[in-house]
Amino acid sequence: MNKHIDFDKLQNEGVENVSNQERRDFLKMGLAITGIFAGGTIFSAISTFNQAQASDFAKKYPYNPHYSMVMQQHRCIDCERCVVACNETNHVPKVHGAYRTTILEKETADALGGKREFIPVLCNQCNLPQCTRVCPTKATYKDQTTGIVLMNIKKCIGCLTCQEGCPYNARYFNEEKKAVDKCNFCWDTRLSKGEKDTACAHACPADVRVFGDLSKQDDRVFKIVHQIERPVWVLRPEAGTRPNVFYTKG
Amino acid sequence: MAHHHSTPTLNELVTGVANRLKTAGTGFYLMVFIALVVVLASAGTGLMAMIKGHENYYNVYREVPWGVLIATYVFFVVSSTGLCLISSIGHVFGVQDFMPIAKRSVFLSIATILSGFFVIAFEIKLPWRMAIWNVISPNLTSNIWWMGTLYGIYLAFMFAEYIFLLMNKHTPAVVCGFSGSVAGIAAHSNLGAVFGLLMGRTYWQGPYMPIYFIASAMMTGCAVIIMFHILGYKLNREEMPSDMQRSLEVTTKVGILLICVILFFTTWKLLAGAAGQPDGAYPVVHSEVVGHHAFIFWFFEILMGMAGPLVLFVLSRGRNLSMMLIASCSMIIGIFVMRYNLVFLGQSLPVYYDLGVNEFKGMLHYAPSVYEWIIAAGGFGMTALLFLIGEKVFDGHKVEHH
Repeated sequence: MNKHIDFDKLQNEGVENVSNQERRDFLKMGLAITGIFAGGTIFSAISTFNQAQASDFAKKYPYNPHYSMVMQQHRCIDCERCVVACNETNHVPKVHGAYRTTILEKETADALGGKREFIPVLCNQCNLPQCTRVCPTKATYKDQTTGIVLMNIKKCIGCLTCQEGCPYNARYFNEEKKAVDKCNFCWDTRLSKGEKDTACAHACPADVRVFGDLSKQDDRVFKIVHQIERPVWVLRPEAGTRPNVFYTKG
Repeated sequence: MAHHHSTPTLNELVTGVANRLKTAGTGFYLMVFIALVVVLASAGTGLMAMIKGHENYYNVYREVPWGVLIATYVFFVVSSTGLCLISSIGHVFGVQDFMPIAKRSVFLSIATILSGFFVIAFEIKLPWRMAIWNVISPNLTSNIWWMGTLYGIYLAFMFAEYIFLLMNKHTPAVVCGFSGSVAGIAAHSNLGAVFGLLMGRTYWQGPYMPIYFIASAMMTGCAVIIMFHILGYKLNREEMPSDMQRSLEVTTKVGILLICVILFFTTWKLLAGAAGQPDGAYPVVHSEVVGHHAFIFWFFEILMGMAGPLVLFVLSRGRNLSMMLIASCSMIIGIFVMRYNLVFLGQSLPVYYDLGVNEFKGMLHYAPSVYEWIIAAGGFGMTALLFLIGEKVFDGHKVEHH
């Protein structure tokens, strides 16, 4: 038999009598739902306030400008305007598997109030990139000024080892360019021409993608990744590549 | 066995080769023809893919960029390194029992690595750029760069060694053989490191790959030596002399040991991927042992590649040539699949698997296209072609007695 609880007639018990243990259990449940214990795949700073900061993931910000992006993940509604803007700006071929950025979808059946969340992904412009280490001909390299991982397409032999090495699936072989292609924070198409943000960040109507410079303390990206109210994490920290794309929500 | 003490003139050599080719039977020419057709079909398919775009012909894709052609390349360079290392026991390190296999093995190590290069040329999207930029823009942290460069050096030493063996110049042959072995080990362990040092791929990651590759090369070398020596004598319709029989007997013993070594390695690799269910490795090991990939693993890699040949080699006592031929053929098929498993399985787990997103919830799949198979077959065609021609041109790779 179903046992109905009539919520309208229940008295508010107040929070005075909730024990610390109960508070902790509740908090733990919340943390579990938001994915902090999700198999160690994401690392959250929430459990270690004042200890883990974005600077720990990136170790330091050696570039100037030190370009970075923060995804305010909770704001993403999967409208894909970022993907469309990227494809147009960077002439991404319209074939299956060709993209510089995309939005992944995650079912969160256990979460209160939401059934899915969206995770935008792109090249993490890592401080310790695998792709540049494995490339035999230095066709892909870390720009010494900006820290952006760039391609010198005439040197690419198409061995695709960089695709194997990338822990973020951020690379694909562009048959039109005859070289591996990847996100370069719109370096050639926007930043080097004086624009202040990337095409995807510019197109986002929900302020998900915040693009900026981590070397400046008054920069919005710096402020978001260094605040301690909300969790900040990176994808696949265990790969040890010290990514420069951060995630936050809440 | 010929006992020449004077170096033959060029005319005598040419006449000898011409006579051997003239007297070869129809069967020989039929085999040469088939091998040649396979090589030409493969080259044609590869060129077509290169010109019209690999993506139209190959089934590899963004998440699985390495397919059967990489596996075939790995197979051939594993074979070449193994031939070099096992044969060096005799002609480089002076163990008499291994001396008779030297010439054919060194010849085949050149044939197999050329076959590997042939296949990789159609796998890499822009091989002509490699020829330029590998030289003028080297990346010294790249294992691919070291592998390519060291295999180039290795090939040069093996060529030189073979020529010195033909000329009966023992000392330079030993120097080149030793240098070739060192270059081969360095190159081949770098190939292992291409996989082993990728931080985001748990199934491959660690020092296991470079070590496994060397042991696996030696195991493969034994199989290839046994198979091609028995086939060589069948082809030339000659009775195998007792010193060659003794050579294959000891090669079989080394082969038995190395099968046990690789079985031991494989056991611990699987247990390490199962105990504690490590992220990134466990789902792969699960699919390998009991999941989607289990039949391919157990039937080809374990049964045909190792367990079956192990039993046959032991039963043959290194003397029953028919049994050894069956065992080595089975082993070579199994080892080819072993290379395929190694290359594919490491990629089968999506990099975003643990994120739990809808796009990458399951294991990835890949089945080679018919074009990829044709190009892979070209590698085997080329080894067969070079083997057949080598038997006639170099008169069964007979070893001179001093």
